[in-house]
Amino acid sequence: MAAIDQSKIRNFCIVAHIDHGKSTLADRIIEKTGLLTSREMQAQVLDNMELERERGITIKAQTVRIVYKAKDGNEYIFNLIDTPGHVDFNYEVSRALAACDGAILIVDAAQGIEAQTLANVYLALDHDLEVFPVINKIDLPSAEPERVKNEIEDVIGIEAQDAPLISAKNGTGIEEVLEAVVKKIPAPGGSPDNPLQALIFDSVYDSYKGVIVFCRIMEGRVSKGTPIRMMATGATAEVVEVGYFGPGQFIPCEGLSAGMVGYLTASIKNVKDTTVGDTVTNAVHPCAEPLPGYKKVNSMVYCGMYPADGAKYPDLRDALEKLKLNDASLNYEPETSIALGFGFRCGFLGLLHLEIIQERLEREYNLDLVTTAPGVIYKVHKTDGETVELTNPSNLPEASQIAYMEEPVVSAEIMVTTEFIGPIMQLCQERRGRYISTEYIEASRALIKYELPLNEIIYDFFDALKSRSRGYASFDYELKGYEQSKLVKLDILINHEEVDALSFIVHADSAYERGRRMCEKLKDEIPRHLFEIPIQAAVGGRIIARETVKAMRKDVLAKCYGGDITRKKKLLEKQKEGKKRMRQVGNVEIPQSAFMSVLKLDDK
Amino acid sequence: MKSLSIYIHIPFCVRKCLYCDFLSFPVCENDIHRNSRRGCESYVNQPDTDGGSSYVNSNNTDADERMLGYVDSLCREISGWAPAYKEYHVLSIFFGGGTPTLLPKGAVSRIMTVIRESYRLADDIEITIEMNPETAEPDKLKEYITCGINRLSIGLQSADDDELRRIGRIHDYRTFLRAYQLAREAGFRNINIDLMAALPGQSVESYRHTLERAAALKPEHISAYSLILEEGTPMYERRQEFLFPTEDEDRDMYELTGEYLAACGYHRYEISNYARSVVSDADPAAGCGSAACASYNDPEPYECRHNKVYWQRGNYVGFGPGASSMVENVRWTNPSDMEQYRLYAGRAGAQSAAGAETPGHLPGPADAALSVQRLTVREQMEEVMFLGLRMMRGVDTERFEREFGQTVDSVYGEVIERLCAQGLLVREAAIPAGAGAFRPPGGMRLRLTKRGIDISNYVMAQFLFDETEG
Repeated sequence: MAAIDQSKIRNFCIVAHIDHGKSTLADRIIEKTGLLTSREMQAQVLDNMELERERGITIKAQTVRIVYKAKDGNEYIFNLIDTPGHVDFNYEVSRALAACDGAILIVDAAQGIEAQTLANVYLALDHDLEVFPVINKIDLPSAEPERVKNEIEDVIGIEAQDAPLISAKNGTGIEEVLEAVVKKIPAPGGSPDNPLQALIFDSVYDSYKGVIVFCRIMEGRVSKGTPIRMMATGATAEVVEVGYFGPGQFIPCEGLSAGMVGYLTASIKNVKDTTVGDTVTNAVHPCAEPLPGYKKVNSMVYCGMYPADGAKYPDLRDALEKLKLNDASLNYEPETSIALGFGFRCGFLGLLHLEIIQERLEREYNLDLVTTAPGVIYKVHKTDGETVELTNPSNLPEASQIAYMEEPVVSAEIMVTTEFIGPIMQLCQERRGRYISTEYIEASRALIKYELPLNEIIYDFFDALKSRSRGYASFDYELKGYEQSKLVKLDILINHEEVDALSFIVHADSAYERGRRMCEKLKDEIPRHLFEIPIQAAVGGRIIARETVKAMRKDVLAKCYGGDITRKKKLLEKQKEGKKRMRQVGNVEIPQSAFMSVLKLDDK
Repeated sequence: MKSLSIYIHIPFCVRKCLYCDFLSFPVCENDIHRNSRRGCESYVNQPDTDGGSSYVNSNNTDADERMLGYVDSLCREISGWAPAYKEYHVLSIFFGGGTPTLLPKGAVSRIMTVIRESYRLADDIEITIEMNPETAEPDKLKEYITCGINRLSIGLQSADDDELRRIGRIHDYRTFLRAYQLAREAGFRNINIDLMAALPGQSVESYRHTLERAAALKPEHISAYSLILEEGTPMYERRQEFLFPTEDEDRDMYELTGEYLAACGYHRYEISNYARSVVSDADPAAGCGSAACASYNDPEPYECRHNKVYWQRGNYVGFGPGASSMVENVRWTNPSDMEQYRLYAGRAGAQSAAGAETPGHLPGPADAALSVQRLTVREQMEEVMFLGLRMMRGVDTERFEREFGQTVDSVYGEVIERLCAQGLLVREAAIPAGAGAFRPPGGMRLRLTKRGIDISNYVMAQFLFDETEG
């Protein structure tokens, strides 16, 4: 292979708000550079997971190397790094950005700039990336490219008058984008002769090769046999293979040197050893110091996950183990619930991360799960001076032992058209938000800043935001820190027995309202039994709300048609099967769905 | 000699009722689309001024041909299987639907002739035909009596015309009354009236009124089912538009049915079926001596023998599309698609023509079009329980033991114990003291309590085994 001219390399990513067409543009670029014919392309090559395609979001960073013959007659190597598109994965996004030298900013010609667009652009600018805008979806009747151009200049302060006007969907203007990449994004720096310094921006586990580390070589070179060390985790290994990313495949090569993006394998067994943001260096000739920006990622949201069928506990454990191989930000440890049996307390980056893991467990591992209400990590300061980090409400110490409690608070930015400022501010107030500021981005749009307790936004804040702004508001947040708060544990008693899996921590002022809604919801979910069932909400042993499920009066089958007993039996079996999917608490059978329904108390 | 019951399915209706999920095709569908509704309505019996019938079917040659073509298939199937049942005595025949009385004149006799030619019928056989009021016609009723049909089941459902209209029935109460009278005049001495409770817009009071009107006619049998909303029916799709009685009202209607009919001389012998009791030989209906009365040995001749076969797991064979059969613990179901059924019936007929007999005493449902299930001993036990419990007499524990070689307690002891403790099931001597000496002495029986009947589904489901156990 001929040596690659460093000046002909372009490492870039695409930043955008969700749905503005990031993955579609990536696909067009790949298609245009002739790597795949459109027939070979499954729509959106870079979104590998079925789930990603379905939800239209990128969960894991994807990378592809393509060759582009530019109008100047030269061939350029493009490394396109597709970043995750959700606030839950902000840290991963930041590391992927650090691997790039420039970014294409896509803005929807109809929607304009959104909160997430801003967050991502600032993130890119923070990493000193050269950012140039592209206006997408110009085929839409509601497209207003001129307005959006002005908005980009006013709000972000980057030149936008010559921004390519494209339709990624229809393939319009892609050539222009490719030329802009060549001209506007700088070639990577660094020298192959310096000691190895490579940034890990992702890693995946492969059952044959072990961990495959995705990295950007900042300085030096790496090839088969290089002894390497991860500077943060201290793990050492010898490189087995290096290569680059073809679309949907790994292509081995001789070596990677400064400025290049590629992968390496080294018989590493666990992604824990290759955390995103860590620096890979030569174990024998190490670089002086690691690349800046490494951060240990912590779980923000916790919930209990239980197999619907208790016998599947080992399957769940195996599945979590496998997912963890690929996802260093997933944490779990075994726990036991009286109501749900054996399961795991799992930690996630955010609610989307939680939902994704849950869906993957259900689909890829064919597990039926019951999850408990997601919660955040509370800090419980005990009277004896000890501080406990509480991830499971059931472990809350006795009230007499608690001096005070703290909860995590986030700084949130909400971008909204001015007509919805009122409803959005009201929502934030309801969620115990602390108002910080309102900035008008242009006459019709504003950026509202609030500090909000994390536990108020993990359930359904995003849904509420969308519904109160008719879908126009966008939202971004980052953890600010911990603050003291008046928190209580709300318990649910069914037929006078406490159901541990339904307990949660809530602010004292909203306890009554939440308790009442929980009881109402559970009343609808719990089927009538042979006896009457009281459902109660309690705080510290005091009942604050109650509903009753009346005793069942009727349960009969319809007339049978000409002796069709088989069908009758099927109906009985269905009934019995339904029973099996229930959880027994005392004498009461609680359907799995009851545990899930209380997660969404805001509908109707 | 072994016994057999025969079910004949006639999958045609003038129009399909909103709640119905049985296999049935509206005969006039095509006519409605092609021409107008007129062709369809001509099937409906319109009482005219002189009280006679203006039944006209000249416009319906298409529909008639379709039905007659179907009867051809049916006759092929019936005679095709006959050799397999030469060891069996037929105790009952039931023409169900659909609306069997919608068949053109002569069709039912033809089917009966085919059966008589190829099957051995018991002397005291019970032969029932279902009729919807709008199809009643003196000539047809006479035809049925002549060909040996001795029991008529009329679908009244409700005596309230608004309620009937809401559920998509095409008759009114007046039409029903006329049909009932015509049936009596034609000579039917054993008539069932079908009623429905828990209809949209029905109150306990209006239901009581229906019960009163039905009982006043003194039919020999009344069946009263609660409406169950079945997925896939128009009523289910449009369920938001209907005001259904509450669960409590439904149960009040059910209790009322039992109490009111008991006062009128009917006893409940199955969850939803009531028969006029024969209190003494002086009972004029019991002493009628006609073929309409079932066996002289039968202490309760008006209980529907055919239905009891289902609950007591006697052998029965169903003919027609989608029909179910169970013979010697093998269950099978006919193809429900009309064309598939036609082809299948043709094969069955050819089998008979070739004089082929399937090996053994089983009909040998080897045809690929049939879905066949050979019941395991455990499945048989489950059925004995959940079907037997539908009967008010309950499950005969000694019979269980004879049949399976194990006591019911060794199999279901724990379940029975629990259900008895919950007051849903009761164990008692089969024959209460002082009952007539002509009844054979029985052992112990397990039956549902009043509360158990209300939630029979729950109770019955307890008798199913987990797959892992079986």
